[in-house]
Amino acid sequence: MTSMQWFNIVLQGVLIGGLYAMFAAGLSLIFGVMRLVNIAHGDLIVLAAYVALVVTQAMGINPLVSLLFVVPIMALVGYALQRGLLNRTLGDDLLPPLLVTFGLSIIIQNGLLELFTADSRRLQAGAIEIQTFELLQGVWVGALPLLQFVIAVAAIAGLQILFYRTALGRAFRATSDDQPVAQLMGLDTRHVFAMAMALSLAVIAIAGVFLAVRTNFDPAIGPARLIFGFEAVIIGGLGSMWGTLAGGVILGVSQAVGAQIDPGWQLLAGHIVFLAILAVRPQGLFPRVSG
Amino acid sequence: MSRVEHATQSSRVGVTLIAVTLIILALAPFWGDRQTLRLLAEVYTFVALASLWNLLAGYAGLVSVGQQAFVGLGGYLLFGLAILLGMHPIAAILIAGPIGALVAIPVAALIFRLRGAYFAIGTWVVAEVFRLLASQITFLGGGSGISLPSGVVVAMAPSRQMREFETYWLALILTVVVLGAIVALLRSRHGLALTAIRDNEMAAQSNGISVWRIKFIVYVITAFGTTMIGALIFLQKLRISPDTAFSVNDWTAFVIFITVIGGIGRVEGPIVGTIVFFVLRQALADLGSLYLLMMGAVAIGVMLWAPKGVWGLIAERFGWQALPLQRRLVLEKEQ
Repeated sequence: MTSMQWFNIVLQGVLIGGLYAMFAAGLSLIFGVMRLVNIAHGDLIVLAAYVALVVTQAMGINPLVSLLFVVPIMALVGYALQRGLLNRTLGDDLLPPLLVTFGLSIIIQNGLLELFTADSRRLQAGAIEIQTFELLQGVWVGALPLLQFVIAVAAIAGLQILFYRTALGRAFRATSDDQPVAQLMGLDTRHVFAMAMALSLAVIAIAGVFLAVRTNFDPAIGPARLIFGFEAVIIGGLGSMWGTLAGGVILGVSQAVGAQIDPGWQLLAGHIVFLAILAVRPQGLFPRVSG
Repeated sequence: MSRVEHATQSSRVGVTLIAVTLIILALAPFWGDRQTLRLLAEVYTFVALASLWNLLAGYAGLVSVGQQAFVGLGGYLLFGLAILLGMHPIAAILIAGPIGALVAIPVAALIFRLRGAYFAIGTWVVAEVFRLLASQITFLGGGSGISLPSGVVVAMAPSRQMREFETYWLALILTVVVLGAIVALLRSRHGLALTAIRDNEMAAQSNGISVWRIKFIVYVITAFGTTMIGALIFLQKLRISPDTAFSVNDWTAFVIFITVIGGIGRVEGPIVGTIVFFVLRQALADLGSLYLLMMGAVAIGVMLWAPKGVWGLIAERFGWQALPLQRRLVLEKEQ
């Protein structure tokens, strides 16, 4: 294989890495703010894809336009979920949040199965799906993967600005650093946590729509997305937003290269790179907080 | 003079009841039909899996959502050893345990770098790696799976009925051995350390308990048992594929629901939970995926409002313990 073809493969990996980074950013955000690991994260991505399916069919709009509705809907779901259910599980004990989100994952999967059957679905984005252009001499990229990558970078930059430049971000950081003191300073941590979950699900909504345009989806694919997001978080280093982008890209490239060696090795290559990084650099590449 | 006593009035009644039940269950081939035997054997494997998960998560605080890695490993070891080396299935099951423990050592060394909830997802990644590797093994059917050759099956016992009896007794014996080993472990010095870790990890550590070491030992012991039970499960099923062997729903979701509903962190919990689970399953089997949805909701409800589970409620209300596990200091007057 020529070096140009390899360059192309790596580039495709980088672009899909943007999607993984979006899976990871939402996971990293809520872990950073409230040390919660949401096992239902992947299933919520799939839920967002189904919400987009319903919205596009009901309103006859392009999936990319449907983001205007899917993002606020998922943010609301996140806020309600945190206030109504997940806030009750937070505390010193690790088991309740883990087991409750695990139960939630099973509920979402089987609820979607009941409503939409196990059939594979896909969102049609129209002309943009087949548009390509020449990035460099002889290197063609699809408009959609590129757009997805640009949006991923923008989403992570947006989260970074929100975290370090806004009042809400200050509330997030204060709660993350010391919850009792944050409460003494007049922060309603229940609300702060719910806002963090809302934001996490807003990012998930974008990721879910792009996932649904790119590949087929069905109710059972959530856990694999959770694992990709988790691997990107750990590779990048806990608590670092730009780290999740690096982690997503490394995972995407590993999978793309693995798939070239043998189609059966696509997912395996990603997992092996993750385990290798865990073995040699368990704190990840760009750590900010300790677990 | 003083001494430590484990047994209480209720645990003496409990042990007697358990002994009587075990005798009745051991005689099941003489009073039950084929359907009953199969159901009971399945119940035993879930009691064993849930008890092992309870030891891991309820006592050692290692919440794994990847125990299907070892169930599947056991299944594939059974098929591999029986097909490639022509080993007797029962010998293969017994050898699967130590191999599972050996595999668990490097796995633990790696994933113990992840803490708490991230440890949970790490165990899941390991299970996924095992599943993907299993689908690469072409002589064991690759991604589509394989049946246990009839030669291997017939080698167990010539008649089908005798084979079913053998599998049934094997399931009962292995489950009793697993439960016995867990009770013995909890009554030992390590068990006291484990109970301390369950109640307060930091306090346990400051009392000189090597928390990491105990957790490591428990992880490896659990892998030993889970791999053996996995091999047994696939001897019952006679067919294996990567998706059934490493199924997160069958070997982790159900097991977690059983333990949470029955009562996590108590030995009796998984047994009570399995009974509840199978009663619900027999009653609601027609509902299909709605049934799983309801199980998820029940588990969330129990976790939020009755975190000690059904057995926890009973034990606290009446002060019962079915197995002699408590430690009570008995003071005796000197002569």
